[in-house]
Amino acid sequence: MTEAPDVSITYDLAVMLPEIFLALGIMALLIFGVFRGDRATGFVSSLGVVLLVAVGYFVYQVTDWGADADARAAFGGSIVVDRFGSFLKLLVLTGGALALIMSQRYLRTERMARFEYPILILFALLGMMMMISAHDLIALYVGIELQSLSLYVLAAFNRDSQRASEAGLKYFVLSALSSGLLLYGASLVYGFSGSTDFAVISTVVAEGAPIGLLVGLVFMAAGLSFKVSAVPFHMWTPDVYEGAPTPVTAFFAVAPKIAAFAIFIRVMIEMFGPLVEQWQPIIIFISIGSMAVGAFGAIGQNNIKRLMAYSTIGHMGYALIGLAAASEAGVRSVLLYLAIYLATNLGAFVCILAMRLKEGMVENVSALSGLSRSQPFVAAALAIFMFSLAGIPPFAGFFAKLFVFSAALQAGLLPLAIIGVLTSVVGTFYYLRIVKIMYFDEPAEAFDPKIGAALRLILAGSAAFTTLFLVFALPIQAAAARAASALF
Amino acid sequence: MTDLLITYLPILMFIAIAGILGIVLMGLPMIIAPSQPDPEKLSAYECGFNAFEDARMKFDVRFYLVSILFIVVDLDLMFLFPFAVAYLDLPREEALFAFWSMMVFLGVFFIGYLYEFRKGALEWE
Repeated sequence: MTEAPDVSITYDLAVMLPEIFLALGIMALLIFGVFRGDRATGFVSSLGVVLLVAVGYFVYQVTDWGADADARAAFGGSIVVDRFGSFLKLLVLTGGALALIMSQRYLRTERMARFEYPILILFALLGMMMMISAHDLIALYVGIELQSLSLYVLAAFNRDSQRASEAGLKYFVLSALSSGLLLYGASLVYGFSGSTDFAVISTVVAEGAPIGLLVGLVFMAAGLSFKVSAVPFHMWTPDVYEGAPTPVTAFFAVAPKIAAFAIFIRVMIEMFGPLVEQWQPIIIFISIGSMAVGAFGAIGQNNIKRLMAYSTIGHMGYALIGLAAASEAGVRSVLLYLAIYLATNLGAFVCILAMRLKEGMVENVSALSGLSRSQPFVAAALAIFMFSLAGIPPFAGFFAKLFVFSAALQAGLLPLAIIGVLTSVVGTFYYLRIVKIMYFDEPAEAFDPKIGAALRLILAGSAAFTTLFLVFALPIQAAAARAASALF
Repeated sequence: MTDLLITYLPILMFIAIAGILGIVLMGLPMIIAPSQPDPEKLSAYECGFNAFEDARMKFDVRFYLVSILFIVVDLDLMFLFPFAVAYLDLPREEALFAFWSMMVFLGVFFIGYLYEFRKGALEWE
């Protein structure tokens, strides 16, 4: 897959230009912020968004998007830049930049405006980019840790709130445990294959895998399932989503999930590709489990953030169907699913950020009642997102599910597709319940109508994308297809 | 495959010996040591006095902060020492590369230090 490694350091640095540029930019912002103090939070955030746009441009430029171009390897093959990675990097960067924009107003009104907030988001994004590019067990772990350490702090960013501290601590303990599982698996894989390089491991695996390597595979799959919050490693998700500040939850729901999915796919398809019969049942199991827990767990939830957490678990289950298919069509459907999930989820979280009464933020689902009269625009947008998450045509979420299910059918996984359809019918109940509360219930106290121009813009943008997906479908599908072809 | 695993044999032996030794050292006193239980032996004392207060008291968080900062410097030195030892044996071009690699690392380290300093993490009062 990868071209012959070039030894020149300038080539290596050129391949990693986006990451290096981001790292330098973050350090400059950190120094700027610490000298200017917390007054500079807004400015640092805005510069951070500009930085992300520039990094996104570099990611686009540094990648060879040609249909049969090889991946570019750097640092002895431990980092690769290919179409698959760059597609997901652009998604992650979009999610991060929008989350930064969404946070600004919230940070000011909740008196949490510390300049470390944008810095931490940027560091987490840097870690995710490393993860996505990783082609070596050590590079993978370094990326995951850089991401996770920033996310722990972000979860507990509202340090005076007991719930946020609890969320941060819980996330830290469970995530450290999962990192341990991942590391243990990685050490077994290294021990039995003699290399940390994905390409070398893949050739060793192709010659027949000893039992120790399979144990390593299972441990790595467990660690990665935690990162994508798939059942049975999902327990942390509702608590952390509920406790963390809302814009942080929005960020948690998109960027780290996409990055974790990228590395999940890379590890399973690129590294353990020849062992597909061994890992396919694992993925099918966690996929079914996630869909079921996502569908049934959300029914009893009255806190909108907890509800979104279960919704995330469910959607990760649907996306895992594409991975279980273990084909090019499967990976393509996952990429498409993640892109649509990003747009829809960010939009839904903008609506949650708009749930503010005079006394402060509210998170109860019943507070949404009467929203259709007090703020018809926000209510309509939230209804669109709920329809899309439920998978009702013609909204984007329907097509996401359609592609995933058809990939499963092509791979001969009919029972999995049937279970997916059934759980999404169950899931429709709680999505529609929110629409019903907004449109038909007795009005509750109206929310503060001022949500800011930036939020309104993101809301309109994601609502338009979700509704008019058919217009964008062709270019996005072509991009996803091109990205997926890099792995096969 | 077996060759690779053979190289780890000393570690396996070390683990086995460490395990056996640990269990033996814990187990032997139970069998051969004289045992004369006395409540005074278990009670807390401070330099001969009865305990003034509970030992589980709150520490100032700054102790933790300073110890964490110390660990960072510690790790930094862990990189610097092997680097310094190996540096002089390197051929010229590689030495240059190694030098700048370490400078980049120290530069990142310095930025972290500057952040701590400006945040007042190093001031005790």
